[in-house]
Amino acid sequence: MLDIGLGHYLTVGAVLFTLGVFGLFLNRKNVIIILMSVELMLLAININMVAFSAFLQDLTGQVFTMFILTVAAAEAAIGLAIVVVFFRNRGTIATEEINQMKG
Amino acid sequence: MRRIAEGKAGGVAPGQECFIIGGGEGVVVHAVVFYVFAAIAIAGAVQVISARNPVHSVLFLVLVFFNAAGLFLLLGAEFLAMILVIVYVGAVAVLFLFVVMMLDINTLRLREGFLQYLPLGGLVGVILLAELTAVIGGWVFVPDVEEALQTGGTAAMSGITNTEALGRVLYTDYVYLFQASGLVLLVAMVGSIMLTLRTRPDVRRQIIARQLERTKANSLKVRKVPTGGGV
Repeated sequence: MLDIGLGHYLTVGAVLFTLGVFGLFLNRKNVIIILMSVELMLLAININMVAFSAFLQDLTGQVFTMFILTVAAAEAAIGLAIVVVFFRNRGTIATEEINQMKG
Repeated sequence: MRRIAEGKAGGVAPGQECFIIGGGEGVVVHAVVFYVFAAIAIAGAVQVISARNPVHSVLFLVLVFFNAAGLFLLLGAEFLAMILVIVYVGAVAVLFLFVVMMLDINTLRLREGFLQYLPLGGLVGVILLAELTAVIGGWVFVPDVEEALQTGGTAAMSGITNTEALGRVLYTDYVYLFQASGLVLLVAMVGSIMLTLRTRPDVRRQIIARQLERTKANSLKVRKVPTGGGV
């Protein structure tokens, strides 16, 4: 209990990832909260990466965490830009109304 | 496995300064700090997905990032902890906050059917959590992980700071990936500017090139007006 091992960090990562997936289902009308849930899932992955990196004494995990952070930042920027453009055109961001390309 | 077992004290390389190394009381402090950070992070994550107001969601996301940075610090990854605070709290979360506050969203309408997907989401969440728990409870290192790490991995260097060690690895072994991630950021920047750029045709603005190319010949015309004839 007091001896914090790799399993503890992995558990925190697993719980955060599950909360992210749960958030996708719970808020599936609000695009911004969906993006935030994705950020939560990426954060959980990062915690796993850093935990393995620390416990295996291997820096590769931390390097890849930086790349994940980069991609997550790019994804957030593009996603929010698309949300802003869509809101400007349609006046709403509810996901069920985003179906213009459905055909 | 010996090296991995030694790394249990927070993943700190031997020789690196750390308050955990004394054993005894240090272990208790480490455990307490870990549980505080983990509990606040998970509680914040619950609030992120269940808050009524999206602004509150973003602020709880900031809380989660701060506590994840604390967990990174406990693991000895100081540089990533600082990056997380600077990039995520300072840039990405603020970007979210801008967008949430800029868009005039009817949050009540967006929350309709909030509980409609609760059973399905709960089912998926429980299954996922059970699977992950099974994996975490049952995993073992492969027997030759240590040799594999010594030949193929990047061993943590002792005696230098985490930032310096990361820099040494990042600018040598992973330099192409580093440049590629720079390209990803450039594409993201150009893309988001292109998406949100709005050229408004009704706004009159100064075009200096057109001003400069005006000459006397193409802008001035002199006419002889006969007396009494009109223009």
